[in-house]
Amino acid sequence: MNEHETLGERLEQQGISRRAFLKFCTAMASMMALPPSAATAIAEALIKAKRPSVIWLSFQECTGCTESLTRSHSPTLESLIFDMISLDYHHTLQAASGHGAEKSREDAMQNFFGKYLLVVDGSIPLNDGGVYSTIAGRTNLDLLEEAAKGAAAIIAVGTCAAFGGIPNAKPNPTGAVAVSDIIKDKPIINISGCPPIPAVITGVLAHYLTFGELPELDELGRPKSFYGETIHDRCYRRPFYDQGKFAKSFDDEGARNGWCLFELGCKGPTTHNACATTKWNGGTSFPIESGHGCLGCSEPHFWDAGSFYTPLSAPTANLETIAAGAAVVGAGIAVALSAADRAKKRRTQQAHEKLTVKEL
Amino acid sequence: MNQQELLDFVRGTGLQIAAAVFVLGMVYRMLHLMLLGRKKNLAAPRGTEWGPGLRTMWHRSIPSVGLTSRGYFIVISGYIFHLGFLITLLFLSQHIDLFRSVFGFGWPALSPGLITITAILTIAAMIALLVHRYTDPVKRLISDYQDYLTWTLTFLPLLTGIMLKQGIALGYQQMLIVHIITLELLMIATPFTKLVHMFTTFSARWYNGAISGFKGIKV
Repeated sequence: MNEHETLGERLEQQGISRRAFLKFCTAMASMMALPPSAATAIAEALIKAKRPSVIWLSFQECTGCTESLTRSHSPTLESLIFDMISLDYHHTLQAASGHGAEKSREDAMQNFFGKYLLVVDGSIPLNDGGVYSTIAGRTNLDLLEEAAKGAAAIIAVGTCAAFGGIPNAKPNPTGAVAVSDIIKDKPIINISGCPPIPAVITGVLAHYLTFGELPELDELGRPKSFYGETIHDRCYRRPFYDQGKFAKSFDDEGARNGWCLFELGCKGPTTHNACATTKWNGGTSFPIESGHGCLGCSEPHFWDAGSFYTPLSAPTANLETIAAGAAVVGAGIAVALSAADRAKKRRTQQAHEKLTVKEL
Repeated sequence: MNQQELLDFVRGTGLQIAAAVFVLGMVYRMLHLMLLGRKKNLAAPRGTEWGPGLRTMWHRSIPSVGLTSRGYFIVISGYIFHLGFLITLLFLSQHIDLFRSVFGFGWPALSPGLITITAILTIAAMIALLVHRYTDPVKRLISDYQDYLTWTLTFLPLLTGIMLKQGIALGYQQMLIVHIITLELLMIATPFTKLVHMFTTFSARWYNGAISGFKGIKV
């Protein structure tokens, strides 16, 4: 297999104008918080960049991440992702099936060893030898370890691949883990979200092609340019939070006035993502704008962080039963110690020898 | 443990531990006091106990003339700190969310601006009281480590709370974690330190009033 053509050649084949391409580069530079001059640098780098081979492995997942990416309405920035890369294996999207499909993966791994990007969506089940998710008779663990060996970098797309996601939720019957729990010797970038924002995937790829390296990451391995701020920081309803104006239910006056959804369980203050700025569906809106609080889907264990409708300041666990039990134990200790005190008092009184006048 | 896991812990298991220690400790302390086994007073009562007891609880909670004989500083600072702490604790909407989820009912919140001013005044009063405690020779002499420990444990939730609300230092998530931890430390320490006075103060006042009532002393 030959080297893939450059992105410039590809765009030319697709009939994409230079103007559209420059608009894309400017948007990418803006999203990644780069200075305006970076747009030209990105354009120059991208136009010459060889389209990297990408192997996309889908493990224990719902296909929502792929759906999010492919169903973004055209023409959008996100659609350009398929022009930037050579998607050599993606078992949901590819036409090939059976042995032919697996051969395309093996060919890509062999021909672009050390150069290809490995994209993973879905978690990896480890319990019972990983039998809970297999492809072509092989476990996800086996496929991941094999594909990771020759990968230049791994992009964990979606919260399942990044942090274990919903399959990892308690009681985690399949023993689902994240990519980073298994692969330790390759650069891994986590693009979390359930699903993640398509433009973020495109942005990370654009960064990789432009600079030849992964963007700066936060402590959870997410690109800082997209996950550096919380939803709360950028929320258009933030002024209502500061003023103490909260919707108390989804159909009260506060909700109709577009007040803050904190009391209805919004996890925006603790959720790092770009939804409030990049938005969804071609910039139409994001969950809070549609009247529902943020679920915190781009954070680890978001499924186990209590009810989606419990305010962040409220406990996630039952306190009443614990407190009642503690009260009973406390009362028991007090009664027991009091009984011991009284018994001691009685013994002391009984042991007390009264002095007689004569003794004095 | 990443930040999200830590937040889940302090909002869940951590809070359960703190609540269990607080309730167990307070029930134990209060019941143990009540069961001390005082001798029955065999004298004929000259009055009732409950009325004078409750009246004393009220009288000793409001400023009296004699209280200011040594100046106004301690009285004013003390009231600002105690009332400010209670107002901040009970009337911030996020705190009411917490009470509502535990008790099943809530009450109207005060505006965030008013709570912020109250919290700042409370913090200022606490700092002033600490400085006074440390600089006044008599107060310094009668203060032990527990006075400074309880001051710190009470001060930290206020400080971290206002930092969280105003977005000062750290991110919201980190500061929320720190704020909840300081609250949990306060809950755990309360039954076993001088902070137990948040309950015993009132029972002691009632007891004093009740003794007077029993003896027929007008209170």
